[in-house]
Amino acid sequence: MATTSHMFMYGLTIQPPTAITQAVLGQFAGTKEQQIITASGSKLSIHRPDTIASKVKTIYSEDIRGIIRSLAVFRLAGSHKDYLIIGSDSGRIAIVEYVPSTNRFKQIHLETFGKSGVRRVIPGQYLAADPKGRACMIASTEKNKLVYVLNRNSQAEVTISSPLEAHKQNTIVFAMTSLDVGYENPIFAALETDHTEADQDPSGMAYEEMQKMLVYYELDLGLNHVVQSWSEPVDRTANMLFQVPGGADGPSGVLVCAEDNITYRHSNQDPYRVAIPRRMGPTENPERKRTIVSGVMHRMRGAFFFLLQTEDGDIFKVTVEMAENSEGQLTGEVQGLKIKYFDTVPVASSLVIFKSGYLYVACESGDQHLYQFESLGDDDDETEFTSELVEGDPTTPYQPTYFRPRGLVNLQLTENIKSLSPLIDTKIANLADEDAPQIFSISGSGARSSFRTIKHGLEVSELVESELQATPSFVWTTKLTQSDEFDRYIVLSFANGTIVLGVGEEVVEMTEEAGFLPSAPTIAVQQLGEDSIIQVHPRGIRHLFPDNRVNEWPSPQHRTIVAASTNSQQVVVALSSGEIVYFELDADGSLAEYDERKQMSGTVTCLSLGQVPEGRQRSSFLAVGCDDSTVRILSLDPGTTLESKSIQALTAAPSALSIMSMIDSSSGGTSLYLHIGLHSGVYLRTVLDDVTGELSDTRTRFLGAKPVKLTQVTVSDQTAVLALSSRPWLGYSDVQTNGFVITPLNYDALEYAWNFTSEQCAEGMVGIQGRHLRIFSINSLGNNMLQEIIPLAYTPRRFVQHPEQPLFYVIESDNNVLSPATRERLTQASEAQNGEAESLPPAEFGYPRGSGHWASCIQIVDPLFSKEVVFTLEMEDNEAAVSVTAVPFPSQDGETFLAVGTVKDMDVSAQSSAASYIHIYRFHDDGRSLEFIHKTKVEDPPLALRPFKGYLLAGLSRILRLYDLGLKQLLRKCQAPVVNTTIVDIQTQGHRIVVSDIRESVTYVVYEPQENSLIPFVNDAIPRWTTSTTMVDYETVAGGDKFGNLWLLRCPQTVSEAADENGGTHIMHERGYLQGTPHRLDLMIHYYAQDMPTSVHKAQLVAGGQDILVWSGIQGTIGILVPFASREDVDFFQNLATQLVSLNPPLAGRDHLAYRSYYAPVKSVIDGDLCETFFLLPNDKKLMIAGELDRSVREIERKISDMRTRVAY
Amino acid sequence: MADKLRTIQNLEALQARYVGTGHADTTRHEWAQNIVRDSYASYIGHPPLLQYMAVGLNEPKEKVRMQMLEKMVRGAGNPPEIED
Repeated sequence: MATTSHMFMYGLTIQPPTAITQAVLGQFAGTKEQQIITASGSKLSIHRPDTIASKVKTIYSEDIRGIIRSLAVFRLAGSHKDYLIIGSDSGRIAIVEYVPSTNRFKQIHLETFGKSGVRRVIPGQYLAADPKGRACMIASTEKNKLVYVLNRNSQAEVTISSPLEAHKQNTIVFAMTSLDVGYENPIFAALETDHTEADQDPSGMAYEEMQKMLVYYELDLGLNHVVQSWSEPVDRTANMLFQVPGGADGPSGVLVCAEDNITYRHSNQDPYRVAIPRRMGPTENPERKRTIVSGVMHRMRGAFFFLLQTEDGDIFKVTVEMAENSEGQLTGEVQGLKIKYFDTVPVASSLVIFKSGYLYVACESGDQHLYQFESLGDDDDETEFTSELVEGDPTTPYQPTYFRPRGLVNLQLTENIKSLSPLIDTKIANLADEDAPQIFSISGSGARSSFRTIKHGLEVSELVESELQATPSFVWTTKLTQSDEFDRYIVLSFANGTIVLGVGEEVVEMTEEAGFLPSAPTIAVQQLGEDSIIQVHPRGIRHLFPDNRVNEWPSPQHRTIVAASTNSQQVVVALSSGEIVYFELDADGSLAEYDERKQMSGTVTCLSLGQVPEGRQRSSFLAVGCDDSTVRILSLDPGTTLESKSIQALTAAPSALSIMSMIDSSSGGTSLYLHIGLHSGVYLRTVLDDVTGELSDTRTRFLGAKPVKLTQVTVSDQTAVLALSSRPWLGYSDVQTNGFVITPLNYDALEYAWNFTSEQCAEGMVGIQGRHLRIFSINSLGNNMLQEIIPLAYTPRRFVQHPEQPLFYVIESDNNVLSPATRERLTQASEAQNGEAESLPPAEFGYPRGSGHWASCIQIVDPLFSKEVVFTLEMEDNEAAVSVTAVPFPSQDGETFLAVGTVKDMDVSAQSSAASYIHIYRFHDDGRSLEFIHKTKVEDPPLALRPFKGYLLAGLSRILRLYDLGLKQLLRKCQAPVVNTTIVDIQTQGHRIVVSDIRESVTYVVYEPQENSLIPFVNDAIPRWTTSTTMVDYETVAGGDKFGNLWLLRCPQTVSEAADENGGTHIMHERGYLQGTPHRLDLMIHYYAQDMPTSVHKAQLVAGGQDILVWSGIQGTIGILVPFASREDVDFFQNLATQLVSLNPPLAGRDHLAYRSYYAPVKSVIDGDLCETFFLLPNDKKLMIAGELDRSVREIERKISDMRTRVAY
Repeated sequence: MADKLRTIQNLEALQARYVGTGHADTTRHEWAQNIVRDSYASYIGHPPLLQYMAVGLNEPKEKVRMQMLEKMVRGAGNPPEIED
């Protein structure tokens, strides 16, 4: 990284990718419990099924800083713990163990075998491990295969051999698996084609006759080498292999899945083949063949079965029939295959069956699902097709079989895990008028598409809401005795009185019975000592004993109590005169006043004692907030009682204080924190030294416009602080990093709230909002991004916001799907013949497919009020919408129209089409419906549209064209070929237009109104396959490309100025340079993000934050790039990153700097995700790095967390 | 002379080890063949790229992967007739 560059950015992921590449099952913790490990992008996560709640919980996830391509699980014989092998882009094989005690992954072996990067002949694409854990095979798409022998040493540690080669020239591998052969020599099976002959044959005959082979590679453990032991031709379309149990459990061998059929193959058995049943229905093409796209084998005691899924999502249960001997025992000789329809779930990239009876479906698009098995489909009336109907030989033709899809019978959905993948586009706007902007996104594919509003916040579930007669100002809950498990009273304080509600079977008012003073407002309520309660009110302290005795401590004459703080042993009150009176519980259970009172300099606004630490007599600190904008820490230790320890000056008068002990990431244990809320709405958190009482490490955050109130609560077994301002916030330790975070709750603004423990809800809270009493809880601290989901019809492609209204126009299109009109026609034709046909919900079953067909529509989404699609306009005539924009035309009195680019009969892979159009629609009902005006035929697909100076700017292949609106069609104003291939994106500012090419980065174009011409004047030197761009300022553009890079390009100042000189005569007559424009752009930053950026925006994410770049990735990533403000910060983070690279190397062995420089060297970007791994390090490493950087651990952590919280979540 | 021999040997070793390493007599077709195969291997190996194309084609990733492997087999098509 060049340190001379004047611009530096900090790259951070705020929402990691959620697209699951692969999921594997194992007992990774070494206990009976099964976990799944999933790979999504570069993230490796381990999850645990919670069988009580029927949910999957993420235990830990780690960014391995490399591309995960394949995973395999193995277990050494006699062991109870599974290990994970990772095939990545590092050119190394990594064996990883999950260590439950530290909750981390640990690399136990890393063997280099080739170059890094995803290459054709470097293994990593396919990975298979012997079921007995004796060997594994890692292969590349072409030629190379390596076998590693796994073993254990005398310390029972896993050992790995040097690699054995099983390379075969000119061979492409389609699938690979290991065979279950018991304890015989390990065998790996691969589906391969050999293209040696096809490469030499000009006639093409050899290619036509090429066979796909099922090849067995046997590892001879005695001779320590690999031989090809068996090879047989299989169906040319075969794509997947599944291991069939062997040894004592089954016949061994493999299932070969091909288009339309599944074959059982093994070297010593006859082949058996079944056809994959096709869907029956009026809209189904009876000729369409299905392919298996995912599946899972499951063993039970003495039996096994396969669940195989087709591209429609239909799951088929496949069983292997075995011969029995005379005693009725299975012989291991195969007699046939059986297949029958099981259920339909969304198409998965991986299926996992838990022993506890759950099916985890890692869906390819949209949310992941967890299903519970209701039955195994053994005794239903679904037709079972056997291999008797089909010859085993792959070349013999057979009669297709059919089934009728139906709703779920054997499975039941128990959890829906939200996922943004594939994330296609985003917009950032503050439409809801909240303090922070929201992210609006379109994601998913097919009928599982959705429009999602993403907000920063924690999900709150409300348990009770009830209206009161008056507006209370405070609420507390209390137990009656120390040993009570649950709270028994809810105490409400009003302006002129107090009400006590008893919590039991039902909630009843019992102010009298409880002995509380009903006629005065309450300041504090506390269960004290063994079994007494105190009520602090302005005129005194009322101490209630269980035998109905009452001890009253009256406040001194002419003075009232203005603030109080209590814990189970101590009470402290502040009087209106500024005096502080301190009480402690003495041995006989009554309050004893300390003989001196402390006079404060100003009026006391708030007090906090903190809880009594376990095993101690008292809390040793008292925090006092005064209206002179200070907080003082007073000692409560005997001997130094009420002596001042330290003082902190604030920017405003404090409104609330809370001392509490919370998890501390720096020390690994817990520390005392003082939380301070100010009248100005600012919240501060400082560390309180538990010996000296010094305050340090202050972190500040603006929460809202109202004075902050603080309450200690318990969420997910940890102490957290609930901060109430114009919005409720929760401060807690992050589940993984233990770093302190503060997140808003997705809930109404509360006046006051308190902890509430009851039988129904152990970690509840009770709050007041106006006249409403609300009881609520926070379920999980794991996810702080909320999603509101609105389902869409087809795969969304682009969307645009209405210029004034909070509405979005989403264009959607699905290839090879029948349009609603065609579907309707087919259904009616069939109904005329066969009567009523039931239609299946497309979200689960998908749309009926038809080659060459397109289903496309424009939908209007209202994400704020009705939260639904308010209008749908289907495209007709096999047109598919490809671009959309809202454009105002001054020629039509400035009225705004919706322009939609469409393509008729589009063929995506051949890039051909019958015709292209630009449709113009008029907005009606404030944009809630559309009226078609006209469409204009254009010669090339209009992939990019943009309003520009009262015209419509369209990118048509190479040509950039300006249109005005006419009565019958659009009118051409001006055009120019500006790029070399195809325009995919247009951004504008002033007279400048930034055009992105599908292959050749961006070109800046200037529009000269006098000449009425478009002049490209600067382009890029590197071909970037641009996906999305945004203009950061007049000279600079930020963008992303298809290979996962993010970059920032800047036009040289002189060129930029020359382009805007009047008339543009200078630039118009400049000569092109090297077949491009006269000038070149400068590269400012470059960063490999792994995920493919689909949108880039310059925006703010938090209230009062600076402008940052926010990008979204197709796998569901949301990331940010934050510009550094100071040179010192750059140096600090650069040093930190260097230290982390050496002390915390990536799990799968990828070189970190090489990874971030995948396609081009990383430039001027510091990897924030790497910096944040600092939180996850063990303490000794943290100290080591802190020593190197000459800073304290706490300081480093503060800097890292500030970098994030200043601008994002 | 010995150096030149070693260079040739090294190059041959490279060519055997890394498919697609060019030499002085690489034909246009061989070159294109390697480009095609390298590209498809890369599309399959990068999960976001595969997903992007799967979404565009409206097919499951496994089917797109299959089609690309098939295109790898095909390469740049039939080799040209050898003229003697």
